[in-house]
Amino acid sequence: MSLTLDAFLQIDLPALVAAVLAAQICGLLGNFLILRRQALIGDAFSHAVLPGLVIGFLVAGSLSAPAMIAGALGAVLIAVVLIELVRRYARVEAGAAMGVVFTALFALGVVLLEAGLGNVHLDAQHALYGQLEYLFWVGPATWSDLADPALWAELPRGVVVLILALPVVALPIALLFKEFRAVTFDAAAARQIGLPVRRLNALLMALVAVAAVAAFDAVGSILVIAMFICPAGTARMLTDRLSVQVWLSLAVATLDAVLGYALAAWAPTLLGAPFSVNAAGGIALVSGLVLWAALLWAPRHGVVARRRRHRHAASAVQP
Amino acid sequence: MPEALLDILAFQGGYNTSLVLLSTLLLGAGAGPVGVYILFRRRSLITDAIAHATLPGIALGFLAALLVGLDGRSLPILLAGAALTAALGALAVQWIRDKTRLAEDAAIGTVLSASFGLGIVLLSVIQNLPVGGQAGLDSFLLGQTAAMNAEEARIIGIGSAVVLALVTLGSRAFAAVSFDPEFTGSIGWSVRLIDLAMIALALAVVVVGLKTVGLVLIIALLITPAVAARLWSRHIATMALLAGIFGALSGYLGSALSASLPNLPTGGVIVLVAAAIFMVSLVASPRRGIVAAALVRRRIRRRIAMRQALAALERGESVARALRRRLQRHGLATRDGGLGAAGSAMLQRWRRDERLWHRYIVEHGTPPLDAYWSPPETILLPGVVAALEAAEAER
Repeated sequence: MSLTLDAFLQIDLPALVAAVLAAQICGLLGNFLILRRQALIGDAFSHAVLPGLVIGFLVAGSLSAPAMIAGALGAVLIAVVLIELVRRYARVEAGAAMGVVFTALFALGVVLLEAGLGNVHLDAQHALYGQLEYLFWVGPATWSDLADPALWAELPRGVVVLILALPVVALPIALLFKEFRAVTFDAAAARQIGLPVRRLNALLMALVAVAAVAAFDAVGSILVIAMFICPAGTARMLTDRLSVQVWLSLAVATLDAVLGYALAAWAPTLLGAPFSVNAAGGIALVSGLVLWAALLWAPRHGVVARRRRHRHAASAVQP
Repeated sequence: MPEALLDILAFQGGYNTSLVLLSTLLLGAGAGPVGVYILFRRRSLITDAIAHATLPGIALGFLAALLVGLDGRSLPILLAGAALTAALGALAVQWIRDKTRLAEDAAIGTVLSASFGLGIVLLSVIQNLPVGGQAGLDSFLLGQTAAMNAEEARIIGIGSAVVLALVTLGSRAFAAVSFDPEFTGSIGWSVRLIDLAMIALALAVVVVGLKTVGLVLIIALLITPAVAARLWSRHIATMALLAGIFGALSGYLGSALSASLPNLPTGGVIVLVAAAIFMVSLVASPRRGIVAAALVRRRIRRRIAMRQALAALERGESVARALRRRLQRHGLATRDGGLGAAGSAMLQRWRRDERLWHRYIVEHGTPPLDAYWSPPETILLPGVVAALEAAEAER
């Protein structure tokens, strides 16, 4: 890959924007999911959407965004109902119920695809690691071209979907932040003060579904899972205040996306290798490494700081 | 092509196909019971982290084989690499859970996505290396579609048989820990060690199943038959046996189906067969199935309606015609719609049952919902019923 301006604008810029948006949308919701011990909902949803995408594609006969998004949301809805049924009747923990449901739906999607019902832009590999590399923006060659509104109409679909999804997810969180905080930390108390706990929970799940569906198409299931957990987890290591944690997680999500993309797209070239590596994989890896660094070296809650405190405490008691 | 399918099912579909069939059957048979014990220890989804953590190991195994001049496609080397990084992944999940403020679910998600990301990055580096043999590596994601060679099928079959033998040997210890970890610890068995063995066996299932089922879906063999078995039985030994049968059936039918329809990926079909067995269990299990539960609910509703109707007749009130007909059919109401002797006796008996159950609740806590609507004699031991009656008589 050459590092020229037009290549950057046409190939790297749309991919970067998609990666950053997907990271922020999922990372924002991840703050609540990890505190509620529902972090793996993202895992379940991002696998469950696959048969919905395929069926949406079959019904519409093309890769039309509305049909596939409708199919994906339908699949998530079915997954939620099934998970609840499995939990209730088999009386197993949520994790096992999710495991039963999402593997079955993902397997259905894979079998439909391999039976020849997909097309080149819709196959099982893309479902796993997305198509950041295929988000070409045909048009801009120089920075000044970005002022041309006609070119904006050519923006790749995956990017457009994510741009639309950002306010859909962020506005309810911003408007109902106190309410979500209350149900996340103490659902019983939230019910006591008269909050509609069930409806807030349902709304959060709906937002998670929107985020998973919007991001899945561009970045694939693996990056969706990473972004639901790693940025929020990193931020959680750094602060005890949820409002600070949310802003930190957005910053970390952006950092993860940019660093990961740079590692995948440009680092091999700079090292002299004539290729780039998978961007979704690179971002997932970087987000994991950043979280790992926070786990170890976070100022108060990191393992190193904790150990040092324990040692101080121990030496203080000893005579 | 039903005839071809029948041939394959009868192990007449050629040596390789039969070998694959046998190896996936054994894989499922071993995975089922391991999954039951893991389900009881509430660790089902840790297997997802383990499965995804195999990918970097596969890539590293390939590179290591190349470095020492061996064939990168050698299955034992790839699986050894997979087992190594999968074990590291399992340790990482435990470390994050125990040493940091993140919970187990976040730990699983982190390890899963980061190690899978590393695997993808390594794979895309490998794809661009000027060597041969890397094309097959993708098949570890979603399992094999084309036929595999006899050597590989044999490795998978032997590995599966070993897992099956080990889980059978350890079943007493695993069942004990699943059922009552405190007691197991108190009789001097190491719960930690048994848990570790359990995770190691799950890891073995994942690694052995990589080639046929693929790392994304292999956890279905550990989770789905186990949850299906839970719908049929509440005894852990029975559940383990049933899950083994369900798993074996999934592997056997799934790989036969995919062998007769060459386009279908083995892993996906095996998982769909497991899911179908699960759905049948969910709907039809006589213990906890949806149909059975609906029948119990209907019986309870009718019973309540009849009980209220008898009480209304006793007060000299009239009841709806359909309800009166039903009472008459059971001989509980007279032809002119009054409360007959039989109805009166039944009402007295139900009232006595209710009093005894109320006393039971006061003394022992809530019985299961369907128990409450049965005579206590059919649920409780005779001594317990006698004690309840004595307590009632005292009042």
